[in-house]
Amino acid sequence: MIDREQVLHVARLARLELTDDEVGRMSEELSAVLGHIEKIGELDLDGVLPTTHVVEVSNALRSDVVEPSLAPAVALANAPAVADGGFLVPSPQAGADPS
Amino acid sequence: MSATDVTLLSAAAAARAVQRGELSPAELFQAYRAAAAADELNAYLWVADEAQAPEAPAGAPLGGVPLAVKDLFCTAGVPSQAGSRILEGYRPPYTASVVARLAAAGAPLLGKTNQDEFAMGSSNENSAFGPVLNPWDRTRVPGGSSGGSAAAVAAGSAPWALGTDTGGSIRQPAALCGIVGLKPTYGTVSRYGMIAFASSLDQAGPLTRDVTDAALLLAHMVGQDERDSTSIGFPGEIALPRSDSLAGIRLGVPEELSGAGVGIEPGVLDAFGATLKLAESLGATVETCRLPHAPHALSAYYVLAPAEASSNLARYDGVRYGARVEDGGLVGMYTQTRSAGFGPEVKRRIMLGTYSLSSGYYDAYYGRAQRVRTKIAEDFASAFERFDFVVTPTSPSVAFELGAKTADPLSMYLNDYCTVPMSLAGIPAISIPNGLSAGLPTGFQLCGPAFSENRVLEAAFALEQAIGFDAAGARSDGG
Repeated sequence: MIDREQVLHVARLARLELTDDEVGRMSEELSAVLGHIEKIGELDLDGVLPTTHVVEVSNALRSDVVEPSLAPAVALANAPAVADGGFLVPSPQAGADPS
Repeated sequence: MSATDVTLLSAAAAARAVQRGELSPAELFQAYRAAAAADELNAYLWVADEAQAPEAPAGAPLGGVPLAVKDLFCTAGVPSQAGSRILEGYRPPYTASVVARLAAAGAPLLGKTNQDEFAMGSSNENSAFGPVLNPWDRTRVPGGSSGGSAAAVAAGSAPWALGTDTGGSIRQPAALCGIVGLKPTYGTVSRYGMIAFASSLDQAGPLTRDVTDAALLLAHMVGQDERDSTSIGFPGEIALPRSDSLAGIRLGVPEELSGAGVGIEPGVLDAFGATLKLAESLGATVETCRLPHAPHALSAYYVLAPAEASSNLARYDGVRYGARVEDGGLVGMYTQTRSAGFGPEVKRRIMLGTYSLSSGYYDAYYGRAQRVRTKIAEDFASAFERFDFVVTPTSPSVAFELGAKTADPLSMYLNDYCTVPMSLAGIPAISIPNGLSAGLPTGFQLCGPAFSENRVLEAAFALEQAIGFDAAGARSDGG
């Protein structure tokens, strides 16, 4: 079903770090849920179109008129760190992840 | 009127009393503010203070009747954390469209209600701020994810509340707390400012003491919003229901969601059967119908919703809002922030969604689940050719004990068995109190085609009058 190695791979994709204990539990719990989900593999779905959205609206755009939006100071007010009118983040190079 | 008398009025009755000049909006607000501040169920994460008592807009249709709002609705300057630690300290710079719309119609913000983290859960035990207790029995869960909203309305500390429903998160807690909960047609209510879980399923709706209150609140929620590209509004107006008859109404009862072999508690099935008999006595015909793909709805849902969630929750990375955990570099900061900030159920769903979208698994899971979704919508469309409404029990069980299902995610997910199909089809569904089983409320679910809210509300109202549910068991003052 989903083993420890797959759990670690998916966790890396999702930017989550799991403890050893969490990896084991996640493997068991996800396997049980996926076991239930896999029943949809038994259905004959040939020729059935996928539904991504139940609403038939496409390219819903408002009129192209300039409107006020959040002031920079307001948009930045919740950030953990800011500098020079922008969001401050650690260097992507520091402690770089090989991925 | 004493403060207790005021909180015994339904929201619609309180609004009328204000409009007639028999009750001052300030008095009403203070009575509920005091009740919310005294709440012992952990239903609230934030309560307005006395100084925040708003000016009542003169002649407002909602009369200044205050509104409890699920935490995940952004409210400017007021904590809005979706029940999560990762949004620690977040005070949004803007207000969700539906909250703003209701405030303008005369329903000011009373408080923010507890919920499962990012609306992921069916018991409210996944809140980072502790579980909500069920007002009927404080050793039991209120349901989820809108558990705080449901408990507050049932206990009488809020006249009405806003929740969101992705796979049952309004209807199931409404059923477990003995109140009314309505999930509108997808797209009728703006999602702008709702902290997203699964965008193709999330929909805001009312949790209220009765069907009339649900109609009154919904009437001021619906509407197109240019800030939500999936919003379409409602064709026409939502009317207050008045029907006392179900003459000529055809109710379809799907075996797949109400049969003896599908895991629904006997007491819940008994209460459901009793309401079907009442429906017949009001003039409805009741017949078995088929929703052949409904047993697969839960599987499709637990692929689609986590997949959308894994994408939506990518934004919580410690950059723009909420908590941050430093770890030298950028990717380390993302990873440590997310690992510390998300709770176990949210991590589980992000993992599930990431897995089903990952290379090699996409077609087998996500692609198939989208096709199952099509079949479920087709099942409902066929049923509605023969029937006006499809009816089921709302939840397979009454409120269960705290901790009873936390160790087994799959058993928790099965709570959504009867509510998920309507979410996947995007159709409106209401849960109304359906009598008690072993002293605890059960819910009766009624759904109709897209945009049939007025007919759904009429039928629910007629049933509500016939059922005559006594909600006093949820009120500590004995109501």
